Amino acid sequence: MAEESNNLPSVTYTLEREHLHQLFDVLTGKGYRLLGPAVRDGAIVYDELTAPSDLPVGWTDEQDGGRYRLKKRADDAVFGFVVGPHSWKKFLHPPALRLWQLRREGDGFTVIQEEAESPKYAFIGVRACELHAIAIQDKVFLESKYIDPMYKIRREGCFIVAVNCGQAGGTCFCVSMNTGPRATSGFDLALTEAMEGERHYFVVEVGSPAGADALSEISHRESQADEETTAERIVADTARQMGREMDATGIKELLYRNYEHPRWNDVASRCLTCANCTMVCPTCFCATVEDVTDLAGDTAERWRKWDSCFTLDFSYVHGGSVRATTKDRYRQWMTHKLATWFDQFGSSGCVGCGRCITWCPVAIDITEEVRAIRETESKKDSAGD
Amino acid sequence: MAKRKPKLAVWKFASCDGCQLSLLDCEDELMAVADTVEIANFLEASRRVTKGPYDLSLVEGSITTPHDAERIRQVRRLSKYLVTIGACATSGGIQALRNFKDVKDFIRIVYATPDYISTLDKSTAISEHVKVDFELRGCPINKRQLLEVISAFLGGRRPNTPAHSVCVECKLRGTVCVMVAHGTPCLGPVTHAGCGAICPAYARGCYGCFGPMETPNTASLSDWLIGLGASEGEIARTFHGFNAWADEFRQAGDLNEKKQDDQS
Repeated sequence: MAEESNNLPSVTYTLEREHLHQLFDVLTGKGYRLLGPAVRDGAIVYDELTAPSDLPVGWTDEQDGGRYRLKKRADDAVFGFVVGPHSWKKFLHPPALRLWQLRREGDGFTVIQEEAESPKYAFIGVRACELHAIAIQDKVFLESKYIDPMYKIRREGCFIVAVNCGQAGGTCFCVSMNTGPRATSGFDLALTEAMEGERHYFVVEVGSPAGADALSEISHRESQADEETTAERIVADTARQMGREMDATGIKELLYRNYEHPRWNDVASRCLTCANCTMVCPTCFCATVEDVTDLAGDTAERWRKWDSCFTLDFSYVHGGSVRATTKDRYRQWMTHKLATWFDQFGSSGCVGCGRCITWCPVAIDITEEVRAIRETESKKDSAGD
Repeated sequence: MAKRKPKLAVWKFASCDGCQLSLLDCEDELMAVADTVEIANFLEASRRVTKGPYDLSLVEGSITTPHDAERIRQVRRLSKYLVTIGACATSGGIQALRNFKDVKDFIRIVYATPDYISTLDKSTAISEHVKVDFELRGCPINKRQLLEVISAFLGGRRPNTPAHSVCVECKLRGTVCVMVAHGTPCLGPVTHAGCGAICPAYARGCYGCFGPMETPNTASLSDWLIGLGASEGEIARTFHGFNAWADEFRQAGDLNEKKQDDQS
């Protein structure tokens, strides 16, 4: 697992584009299963990788509320896009996972546990907002009284190659959430992609001993001052391009003061309760447990599946669902993400990746919902003056 | 174990037989089904019929004739646990399109001697006639879900057939949203899960075969589909499909039809 980068010297290295394949070869040689962005079905998803040619070279994405389009770039940038419909939680907290099986034997039964071997993932191209999302899920699954063994074996031994964003997407707002676009911790290696005339290279920061070890087996050299400056400029430019913005000042108190704001009815009229926002959110961790039996009644299995606070089953208790209306459910989701999360886990549950905005089929925009509540509240206040 | 096997019966009303075929389509599991239940009445599989009462009845099809309206009451009397399978049995099926018009007009056009035809004005779900213990959605049903319902019945537990949107199934299997990424109109957000999100996995929009999900916001989705370039008429026809007579889809279709009429 990546450690804090603060203890390491702030030297950066340069890796030429033509040597990127060495990173893949070295990690594969160390027994890692490489996962990262790839073009599939008109989007950039996270999938198995074998070589840099599997990456979305020369592709980019255009994003807005309820809209995503894959586009060809004018150059051969390797990481010239932002985040897509998938997040790393699909590997660390799989969508459907068998927890154990029971087999009937005579008058009793045997419990069959799932194998507990680390899959040794190497994530290629993790963005700053996603590092924050992983840190949040670490807190949820690993740092409370109850440790999730399924998450733990996937997360431990995970090698992370972060990428500092060279451009922002139409629904990005990491700057508002203070989660990007620069990767500051939680990685083994972090790359900034630079293209200047004929030159195409990566400025590399080392974030852990494992990262230093991998880099030592790859052709690289210490960066020159101008390369470092270029990398700094690229990330600074990205920070100025955010497609969305959210004023997070006192947001917890703002939402706590506005449980009964009329805006909740307004958003409820648009919300489909389809659960897409929660499925694509890299921090949403809720799951349901399903027990299944076979026809003969000789084996039973317990499965864990992603669940969502937008379903009726989610809040079903004896007699009915606690959050019966759409308003109840949208308010629960947004208030949890931006307010109660602070009380529960000590941080915001939102990392500003913009996925919930892009992948909402009807373009509900969390930044817009916050703005609407904030603005109408201040109007109300000034009216009272 | 000398335990008596539960008796299974499969009944057909107005339908295409596709749903009961799903039981035969269980190929690999069919022997296990035959091992655990006595297939007592399943004409599509065997001419041999064992008399009732039956422990589990699977009912396919909608009620469209006075004769069937009487026969379903008889089936209910013979059945301890009655499960409807498919869109016809659960919401009236595609043949419920007759419900929006005068059925006598159709009879006049189709049949040379309309007097021979004895039919009802409307095609209706089984639950409008008798008490139903469980409804399995789909046009056709999903065979995995059918096995789940039978297994749950045998195990005395509630079947896992979530009523949330098809979107959840897309996301669980990692399918890229066809509406967001391709601009393809899709009923997934308002449609009951169960098919495993087949159509979007093949880059097509959802047709709503499983009927309305638990809390469908058809008005909001309709507004968005208009923005994607669909007309009110097209949206009305999409809602008035296999589950046209399911309340929420019927109303959504009617509303879009009215808007279209108002414009012309």
